[in-house]
Amino acid sequence: MKSSVIIFPGSNCDRDMDVALKKFGFKNQMVWHNDQSIPKSDLIVLPGGFSYGDYLRCGSIASKSKIIKSVIDFANSGGLVLGICNGFQILTETGLLNGILQQNKFLNFICSNVFVKVKDKQNKYFKDLKKDVLELHIAHNEGNYFCSNDELKSLEDNNQIAVTYCGEDGSENETTNPNGAIKNIAGIFNNNKNVLGMMPHPERMIDKYLSGEDGSLFFKNILDNFK
Amino acid sequence: MKIKVIVTLKNGVLDPQGKAIQQTLNGMNFGNVEDVRQGKYFEIEVKEKDEKKAKSLVDDMCKKLLANLVIEDYKIV
Repeated sequence: MKSSVIIFPGSNCDRDMDVALKKFGFKNQMVWHNDQSIPKSDLIVLPGGFSYGDYLRCGSIASKSKIIKSVIDFANSGGLVLGICNGFQILTETGLLNGILQQNKFLNFICSNVFVKVKDKQNKYFKDLKKDVLELHIAHNEGNYFCSNDELKSLEDNNQIAVTYCGEDGSENETTNPNGAIKNIAGIFNNNKNVLGMMPHPERMIDKYLSGEDGSLFFKNILDNFK
Repeated sequence: MKIKVIVTLKNGVLDPQGKAIQQTLNGMNFGNVEDVRQGKYFEIEVKEKDEKKAKSLVDDMCKKLLANLVIEDYKIV
């Protein structure tokens, strides 16, 4: 499975993502934001970081990059596009995903392990995933997902909510919501479920000697579903 | 000509920074501050002499980049 990671000025999880993808057998290439086109890929990843220093709004400047037109075309033709953290923020600013990531409710930068519940498995990312609750890592200042009531209803009706913050036992409530996101939302899909944006970083959970291995399950699952 | 734009959060959208500023002001004995909403202010120099045309250009810029209409309103002043 071929993948491409797009690098924006200020991306800082691009190489972690590269390491993670290659570890599980993706043939990954790095692509600069100013390039016109993306090499042939089965998966495009917009990595975490602080593209353009979060100027104006997180992800807003990156969403107008030269390469983004190719990303949008790829997504519209059904290709898998994954945005992690700042990548999620960029995807909402391009309009590929609904809503926006606002500043965390308590104004704090959050850097911690969290549990997320997989809400939908009828998609190429989570189909046949053995676990329902994953331990992943978050590190963000703007992860407070917000959308209009109409958009929320349509996300729920179409099962586009991908993952939600929860306790280790899967319980979802205010105490397991780190940033004030609507309905504990940590990640969503587009209508066709080929575009996934999420705040947690699976690429940081791929080694038992670092922090955990639930991210490994995520990447292996994408590969298994591709075969 | 110079066009000025103010972008603010829509009513009802939580503004944690505005809230923190309000609480700080209250703590500084400005007890009568009941609410603070924070926004962004832009001065845009447009190469255009006709004010109507310049404003219509900036209006387009607001929709496409300067404001995110999911949570923000803009006002050309």
